Amino acid sequence: MVPISYYLVLSAILFACGVLGFLIKRNVITIFMSIELMLNAVNLSFVAFASYWQALSGQVFVFFVMVVAAAEAAVGLAIIIAVFRTRQTLNPDRVNLLKL
Amino acid sequence: MIPSTDYIRLLPELILIVFGLLVMLIEPLLGEHNNRKGLGAIALMGAVLSILASFYQTGYEGAAFFDMIHVDTFSIFFHVLIGLIAAVVILASFEYLNLQQIRYGEYYGLILLSSVGMMLMSSAVELVLIFIALEISSIGTYILAGFRRNAPISIESSMKYFLLGSFATAFFLYGVALMFGATGSTSVYTIATTLAQGATPLAYVGIALMFVGLGFKVASAPFHIWTPDVYEGAPAPVVAFMSTGPKAAAFAVLLRVLFATEAPGWFWLIWASAVLSMTLGNIGALVQNNVKRLLAYSSIAQAGYILVAFAAAKDIGISAVIFYAAAYAAMNVGAFAVASHLANVGEKYVTLDDYAGLGRRAPGLAAVLTIFMLSLIGIPVTGGFLAKFYVFQAAMQSHLTGLVIIGVINSAVAAYYYLRVIVYMYMREPQRDVPVLKMPFALGVSLAACLAATIYLGVLPGRILDYAMASARVLVR
Repeated sequence: MVPISYYLVLSAILFACGVLGFLIKRNVITIFMSIELMLNAVNLSFVAFASYWQALSGQVFVFFVMVVAAAEAAVGLAIIIAVFRTRQTLNPDRVNLLKL
Repeated sequence: MIPSTDYIRLLPELILIVFGLLVMLIEPLLGEHNNRKGLGAIALMGAVLSILASFYQTGYEGAAFFDMIHVDTFSIFFHVLIGLIAAVVILASFEYLNLQQIRYGEYYGLILLSSVGMMLMSSAVELVLIFIALEISSIGTYILAGFRRNAPISIESSMKYFLLGSFATAFFLYGVALMFGATGSTSVYTIATTLAQGATPLAYVGIALMFVGLGFKVASAPFHIWTPDVYEGAPAPVVAFMSTGPKAAAFAVLLRVLFATEAPGWFWLIWASAVLSMTLGNIGALVQNNVKRLLAYSSIAQAGYILVAFAAAKDIGISAVIFYAAAYAAMNVGAFAVASHLANVGEKYVTLDDYAGLGRRAPGLAAVLTIFMLSLIGIPVTGGFLAKFYVFQAAMQSHLTGLVIIGVINSAVAAYYYLRVIVYMYMREPQRDVPVLKMPFALGVSLAACLAATIYLGVLPGRILDYAMASARVLVR
């Protein structure tokens, strides 16, 4: 039996990969995929904890998270298309009318 | 079997969902050139009905849907507040949408549906439900931010809000997962009993990560970077909505998560965030020339003042937070509503120079904006003054002298940029010809409502304060 810590460490590494991708990638679609990676890393944590606590609820949460991620994807891709239409680019560095 | 009282405990949300869907269903039946004011009227009716439903809930306090939501004086207060914000913003949008040639009725539907998320956030006592409610409210506002579809800055602000917002909610979700791992439950009350027996490091990390997600929603430093950009690009009435509604809801969640669970190790987190928000917000606002950007930085600073009350903790601090949330909503919605009217077609006139000489060109509007600015500074007879007073009083009573000193210095600094707006309006000659449109009736009503609420909270705070105190006691019991 694989101990729970393995799953948690893997989940933390995946989450960190997502954060890193969000920060360094220079394409809006890839950045968006990094966010999805973060959500799925959390899903892995949920499942691992659910089996640790012998609580089914943790596994049910994963479905909710997936649904939310799907809704976010629908809206997010629509926004990305709208950006592309007005700007002809997906590089966030060039989407810079508003100064940070 | 779900008892029927459960549905009453969810009634305000149900009404909003029904009216939101109704608006969405009628929208495609309308012609290209219909100005969608009828849909606005339907949406307004939905918002008003849900406020009435919230009042009706007072007789039906308690848990519903297997302890997923909890109706108490606390949740009812936030339901009414969010309902009022939605109603006033819908009123303020009637003429705006017409002017900007936005002929999409979904606008009203999205306002109602994201209000559903915010209301659920204030009554949810289950972390996963809180996450879903947070997403419901966020996804609606992501779309609303990009509603001036042909204006590149609007779409850009929508994209920034979406990317950073989902990034922050992922952190919040990770926090929920770790909290679940630490306690074996996601129910706020079960977590409270488990944490009372001693907290593991996992719980500390969970609280910190959840604070990242909620800190983003309330625009507190260091999670505030998105605020000025998004507020500048998004349509002004939408900014009025998303600078108050989601903020109030996220503060409600923070109150529940921190105080109902008696979460460990949050004090320095809140302390640092309060100091950073006040300082960075006020310093950032000093150099702004765009009024929407200025108000964005001001809203970061205002979040900082509210966090001061969090640090003060327990019932007096909580009631100060609740009172501040109400006063802040009244004055901020009002200020952005004025800005949306002055912005004119295509939101062309949004800089301070465009406000020069407004005192002569539109004396009424200038006077109203002056009152909102004075309230944001915290001048007596306005809601802003008493809100700040209660916050600092609560902090003093909890012996947080350092925090109070930093807060008061910040309030003094803040007076500079709010007064600058007033100086421009009354003492500067206009540089170019800026047309001011006739005040439409609906916007007039919404401004009058904001004005009345601001003055009411400043003159007769008693009832709201008593109510806030009662809500606070429910929360910490």
